[in-house]
Amino acid sequence: MLSILQKEIRSFLSSLIAIIVIVVFLVANGLFIWVFKETNLLDQGYANIDPLFELAPIIFIFLISAITMRSFSEEKRNGTFETLTTKPVTDMSIILGKYFAGLIIVIFSILPTLLYYYTVHTLAFPKGNVDTGALWGSYLGLVMLSAGYVSIGLFASVITDNQIVSFIVSMFLCFFFYSVFEYLSSFDFLKNSEFYIEWLGINHHYRNISRGIVDTRDIVYFISLIVFFIWLTKIIFNSRKW
Amino acid sequence: MSIRVENLTKTYKKQNAIDHISFDIKSGEIVGFLGPNGAGKTTTMKILTCYLPPSAGKAYVNGLDVEENSIEVRRQIGYLPEHNPLYTDMYVKEYLQFVGSVYKIKNKHSRVKEMISLTGLEREQNKQIGQLSKGYRQRVGLAQAMIHDPSVLILDEPTSGLDPNQIAEIRHLIMNIGREKTVLLSTHIMQEVEAMCSRVMIINRGEIVANGQTGELKHLFSVGNTLLATFNKTISGEFLASLEELGEVKSITGTTYSINSSKEEDQLKSEVFNFAVKHQLIITEMKMAEHSLEEIFKNVTKSNA
Repeated sequence: MLSILQKEIRSFLSSLIAIIVIVVFLVANGLFIWVFKETNLLDQGYANIDPLFELAPIIFIFLISAITMRSFSEEKRNGTFETLTTKPVTDMSIILGKYFAGLIIVIFSILPTLLYYYTVHTLAFPKGNVDTGALWGSYLGLVMLSAGYVSIGLFASVITDNQIVSFIVSMFLCFFFYSVFEYLSSFDFLKNSEFYIEWLGINHHYRNISRGIVDTRDIVYFISLIVFFIWLTKIIFNSRKW
Repeated sequence: MSIRVENLTKTYKKQNAIDHISFDIKSGEIVGFLGPNGAGKTTTMKILTCYLPPSAGKAYVNGLDVEENSIEVRRQIGYLPEHNPLYTDMYVKEYLQFVGSVYKIKNKHSRVKEMISLTGLEREQNKQIGQLSKGYRQRVGLAQAMIHDPSVLILDEPTSGLDPNQIAEIRHLIMNIGREKTVLLSTHIMQEVEAMCSRVMIINRGEIVANGQTGELKHLFSVGNTLLATFNKTISGEFLASLEELGEVKSITGTTYSINSSKEEDQLKSEVFNFAVKHQLIITEMKMAEHSLEEIFKNVTKSNA
């Protein structure tokens, strides 16, 4: 698994995908948080970085899909899928190698935003008057959400040998899990099962964790989501054997 | 036995890609797997390398079942798939090191160096694979297949798409390697098999139609003896009719004829000689035509079509 993880990260770096993703993510967030009038923190006057956590899930729908779209699609298209699967490695270690490589790149794009925390921490009045609990909760939520997106992206990549198709499917599924369940729950005819439908979506759990309340139920939700998509990936991975 | 295949069958959507084939390959043999396109060569190889599961039957590599001991089998096989897929954005050395680490070989760096010099990639080792010519890519493909020193090598059309010089080099390389390993290679070029392989298997429409030592096979699938005779003048009319009694006659050039018959070589020669004497013709040249594997191949694959 480690050798595959290493190779994936190297190819992210050499193909510049990783750099582009990190730069785009930081620039977009930077603009919204520090520059644009409507959303910037300095004018808003609260000592938190909530705009980051509102925005990041949306930006990640695009960026994580871009990171994962090539994982299997490219291998299938080039035929390297065959070389890889005839090496003495288990299917799971190929999948997990690619999964963690994607996740590590995403985490690296989140890390520099800790600087925002430091800025807010310094600007706060009195200094250091920040809701640290909620903040760490938000970071944990964001990492969990990214981990979910990466598993969805991986699944979208294994179903096709076309990267564009994989990118679009991945964006759709991420968006679907992020917010569609929430919109659905507001329909009148679904009134009775409102809570359960909303519960299926990522946003419900993401918001819970962001408040700084780390509930095992939310963690279990994210882990189940990841396991579910990795399991689906594994099934499709072996589709050549059907 | 290095490779043992028993009643192997692979069905794609009700169509049998290979149909109950069985064969054994002893260790140290270089076996050529011959057949027209779509005959089932690649499918057989994909099953042996654990890429595809068989629909029925068993395949063993070094005594290990490809389905039950998949990982162990993959460790003992070196595989060069058709079209030689490679990561074109990786560097030669980087790629070989990656493959080495996938196989978890211990002395990775020295082994990569060894493979690079064995396959003659010294000058290209710091290039990106995408920049290499086809011949060099093929060498990279061979290097990655052998980096873990496997006892069995499976090469799917290792020389396809190369120019004649590159073909000669790759063949030379494979023959060198083949001295101590079992090699199963597929091709549809006859000369390749005659040049490299100790044994040939011809497969057609999913069935093995011929299997034997390269030399033996020519006798086994004897298509009769063919005599090439050149006379001093063109034969026509009744002369030709009496020549045709000896066998199937084809005019090759103006005065050269090929006579094909199931008779023994000596008998055929003396009959043609007698024919010439009887009709006062002079034989200026007479020789037996060598049956190449190519003809055998055409014969066995056509008759089944």
